[in-house]
Formats: sequence, structure tokens, C-alpha cells
Amino acid sequence: MVIDSNLLNDIPFLRELNSSEREAVKPLFFDKALRRGEMAFLEGEPADTLYVLITGVVKIFKTSANGKEQIISISTPHEVLNDTSIFDGGPNPVSAQAMSSITLYGIKKDKLELMLKQYPKITLSIIKILSERTRRLLALIEDLSFKHVIGRVGKILLEHTGDNSGKQRLTQQEMAAIAGTAREVVARSLKTLEERGVVKIDRHRILITDKQALEEMILESA
Amino acid sequence: MVEMPSIDQEKCNQCQLCISVCKCGAIVLVNDVVSIVETEECHWCTACEAVCPTGALSCGFEIIIE
Repeated sequence: MVIDSNLLNDIPFLRELNSSEREAVKPLFFDKALRRGEMAFLEGEPADTLYVLITGVVKIFKTSANGKEQIISISTPHEVLNDTSIFDGGPNPVSAQAMSSITLYGIKKDKLELMLKQYPKITLSIIKILSERTRRLLALIEDLSFKHVIGRVGKILLEHTGDNSGKQRLTQQEMAAIAGTAREVVARSLKTLEERGVVKIDRHRILITDKQALEEMILESA
Repeated sequence: MVEMPSIDQEKCNQCQLCISVCKCGAIVLVNDVVSIVETEECHWCTACEAVCPTGALSCGFEIIIE
């Protein structure tokens, strides 16, 4: 496969370039195809290539010492995957795994630096991308007063119980919107509630198995 | 009848990201339209909902006190 100029146009930090400039930087990029389940890069490893997701979906996650996976985000096309480690020179802070067949466009660090020197306007776009990420992470830090969030999720569960008729449903996205948090945080809260034996997730049902314990958790986190 | 995630065709932009992440083949193209087919293999992983850029896909949970 070769680099497609149209797809290159979709890379956020190249949008400031005109078409001839984009054609000039095109040879600096290469493509990489991965199947579902394959790793784009691993947490802790050094990074020498900046990757942009062109097609498909990628899971960005961290793994704890006991092997627990924490999803940081789900990346969709045109997202830059590993700018942090490329620019600070440190190891990858996260791992990235293909959730579908994916195509990545990559640019080696030395060529990226060359491109930035030649077209400084790209730097502004990259600063914008990094700033947006910082803003998202700051919101996540707020949510990491996790005790607080788990109580909010527990309260939502109690306030939205149905009668087993299937009429009243709530998605994780909706729970996140109500709790004022990210969908990933809701998913983690539900998992924790299940691990603590308070709820049981049975496909599309969340069974509150210990209402009293749930109520106590809500009180504790208030 | 198997409960399945639902899709709002008015919101769906046919990007097919949901099809690409669905591990059980529950989301398919029918006459070029993203559609859901019933299958016992769907374990409600909610990946389709997570990747949907327009919020067209819903994996709703019913909350029941046991």
C-alpha cells in the first residue's frame, strides 16, 4: 500500500499545509496495517515513530502491576496516537491495540523534526492537539477522585431501576452524562461494583445484588 | 428473541466503525445500511457504542434490584 494523498489531508497537523506542501512531505510517511488484536505499540517501550490512525479503531490503555487493564481512550480515525513519547523522548506511557483492522500512517522522529523545521506552522497545530489532550486529561484527573464517581454511578443505578420489562434502559454513555464523567470511568466503576459483589452484570442487565451495600457505598462517597 | 444493541438510523453516518470492532458479527451491512442482526454471540461488550462517533448505537442496560 502507498500513502494516499487524500488520507494524508485528514491528518490534523497537516491541514495547515497547502496541497503542494503536503505532497512534499508525503514521502516522509509510511503506512502500517494491523489486524484486530495486534499491538501498535507497548507501554514502557521507547518510541521512534509518530503514528496517526487512518482507518479503524484503536484501544489506548495502561496495564497495572497486577495486569489490570485501564482503558484511557478509544481512538478513531485521524487521531494522533503517541505524541507524548515522541516529543518528550520518554517511553510510551500507554499501549495501543487494534480493535479492528487498522491502518496507521507513521513518520520517524528524525523525519518529523525535519518536517517541523521546514514547516513551522505544523508546530502550532501540534501544540493545539497537545493542549486538547491536556484539557481531556485534566478532566480525567478530576474524575480520579474515583471514590466520588463510584458513588455517583451507584446512585444512578438505584435511581433508574426498571421492572424487568426491558422498557427502561440506560447506556454507559448516558450514565456518564448523568454522572458528569467519561464513559470509560463509568465502565470502570461498574466493573469495580461487580468485583465488590454489589452488582452483577448479566449481558444487558445490571442486577443490584446487594442494595444495602450499594447504599452504604453511596453514603461513604458523598 | 435475543435482546440486541439498537441503532438510530437518523443519527448513523454509515462510517462502519461499529462493524469493524464487533467481534460477533452482529452488525452488518444490509443494502449498504448498517444494521443489527440477532445473535446469541453478542455478549454486550458495548464496543460498538464506544466507537460510534454520532451516538447512533445504544447498548442500554436494564437495572434490576435482585
